[in-house]
Amino acid sequence: MLSVQENMIVTFTPALFDKFAEVVSRYPEGKQKSALLPILHLVQAEYGWLSVDAMDKVADYLALKPIEVYEVASFYTMYFLQPKGKFVLEVCRTGPCCLVGAERIMQHMEKRLGVPEGQVTADGLFSWRGVECLAACGFGPVLQIGPSYTFHENLTEERVDQLIDELKEKAKNQ
Amino acid sequence: MARKLLLTHIDVPGIDTLEVYRRQGGYRAVEKALKTMSPDDVVEEVKKSGLRGRGGAGFPTGMKWSFLAKPDGVPRYLVCNGDESEPGTFKDRFLMTKIPHALIEGMIVSSYALGANTAYIYIRGEMMPQIRIVERAIAEAKSAGFLGKNILGSGYDLEVYVQPGGGAYICGEETALLESLEGKRGNPRIKPPFPAVAGLYGCPTVVNNVESIAATVPIVNDGGEEYAKIGIERSTGTKLISASGNLVRPGVYEIELGLPVEEFIYSDEYCGGIANGKRLKAMVAGGSSVPILPNNLATKTAKGEARLMTYESLADGGFVTGTAMGSGGFIAFDEDQCIVRNTLNFTRFYHHESCGQCSPCREGTGWMEKVLHKIEYGHGDIADIDLLWDIQRKIDGNTICPLGDASAWPVASAIRHFRDEFEWHILNPRESQTRNFGLAHYADPLVPVV
Repeated sequence: MLSVQENMIVTFTPALFDKFAEVVSRYPEGKQKSALLPILHLVQAEYGWLSVDAMDKVADYLALKPIEVYEVASFYTMYFLQPKGKFVLEVCRTGPCCLVGAERIMQHMEKRLGVPEGQVTADGLFSWRGVECLAACGFGPVLQIGPSYTFHENLTEERVDQLIDELKEKAKNQ
Repeated sequence: MARKLLLTHIDVPGIDTLEVYRRQGGYRAVEKALKTMSPDDVVEEVKKSGLRGRGGAGFPTGMKWSFLAKPDGVPRYLVCNGDESEPGTFKDRFLMTKIPHALIEGMIVSSYALGANTAYIYIRGEMMPQIRIVERAIAEAKSAGFLGKNILGSGYDLEVYVQPGGGAYICGEETALLESLEGKRGNPRIKPPFPAVAGLYGCPTVVNNVESIAATVPIVNDGGEEYAKIGIERSTGTKLISASGNLVRPGVYEIELGLPVEEFIYSDEYCGGIANGKRLKAMVAGGSSVPILPNNLATKTAKGEARLMTYESLADGGFVTGTAMGSGGFIAFDEDQCIVRNTLNFTRFYHHESCGQCSPCREGTGWMEKVLHKIEYGHGDIADIDLLWDIQRKIDGNTICPLGDASAWPVASAIRHFRDEFEWHILNPRESQTRNFGLAHYADPLVPVV
């Protein structure tokens, strides 16, 4: 659902506008709306989520009505309309992964991070959620970690712990 | 050894680069098509090959191509469907990761055949690593002169772009994919008009699966007739099978169509049998949407003949005792797996992924999920089984796109073949979360199913 309680005023950098322009150049004249999904990915990669202000500015850039952006951003599951953790851990929760232990991995994730699905840890570093089939069923359980979408297969509880420790370390050094 | 056409060089180090791919004979099909064949010649070879769409519907690719409208002065588009999201299916991700130039080469050959000068590869947004790999392959192909203006001096121009999705199973449906590519919600369109007449931006468009497009490369190289020699009857060529679940060696396998299911599951050349020494309880042959079959119908048809990995043999018996090839997403369930729980999981998936356009699907998937949840967690009533049957029957065939049907079939087949397990959950509510359900239907020698 679209939440208007939180907003974040953004100013797109010239570098980001350059990327927008490259995306728009992929489509025929007048079909710049096609650039919407890729541009929303670029904005989310920059800011971590899509605030109403960010979406309005995308609408402006593509000469769309704001609603055309909201309806797309709220339809697709990859777009975050609220702030998330710096790292978003997404475990596949669909059938084939569950046959090989995905539910166990999700329970472990909740215990280890200490927050329920969808919420952000107190230090702002992590949020996690179950997502639908990630198309790696033969290598399950699987996990992807945003914002860069690194992919991890054949998960065990130990491996999850290790990945979380690595991310904490990475955050400390940044 | 079975013949391989797509994954022949999969283990060659660096096969994801243009240089190594070319050293293994890559881009020969582009040279052959553009220099020695007319676009119609290419279409003709694909028709002769008998290639059927590898995304799930199994519609003959050559025929789909021949429906493409060609009005003067209107651009035509080829759109590759790389929105692989059908639970149990992961072959396209594998192909794009390991050998991306096979897809690019197929895109060039196919676009040439269709007269498209712009083509898009729609890859689901979650596959960011694959998007980067395919984009790099496109850049390599372009700098080598296989894309861009006047390719290999033929006068033919082509640009290929990658379009990321946003996370929506429904965008695997071709008209939802086109809506998404136009920057909209992925709501499937009412057909007709079909994309071949009015597709992307209202222009004639062909949408093909990643594997189908890659398969045009060996078809151009060796000829359609050669391709059609592999396989049985109307199931020609090779097919990538994604094998998952409780198998010794899950993974992606290229098989010659016609391979017996039994051999695929138990042979060491393929999955190597059921993991941990357990027995096979059930299988899903073509992704979560196709009917689930119990052990006794997995490897043999109701007539007692060996079941083969072909479109026809998997469908033998219709939906009463058969299933479908679908996308080739092969899921094996061992004796400890709970069919009710799995059906609940799949139904939750369809509920989550319903675009909400048609009420039978929007409301029905959620309703089925609630009823299944009740049964799985020990609050079910025996009448709930009939209720489930009734709901799925009212979804099936009553929606704009096949997602509705896809949500109904797993429920219908689970009840048809495993009704005793649903009853067991209802009659033993306190044990509904255990794995003690009745085992009779698969451990015994073949129980005839009517």
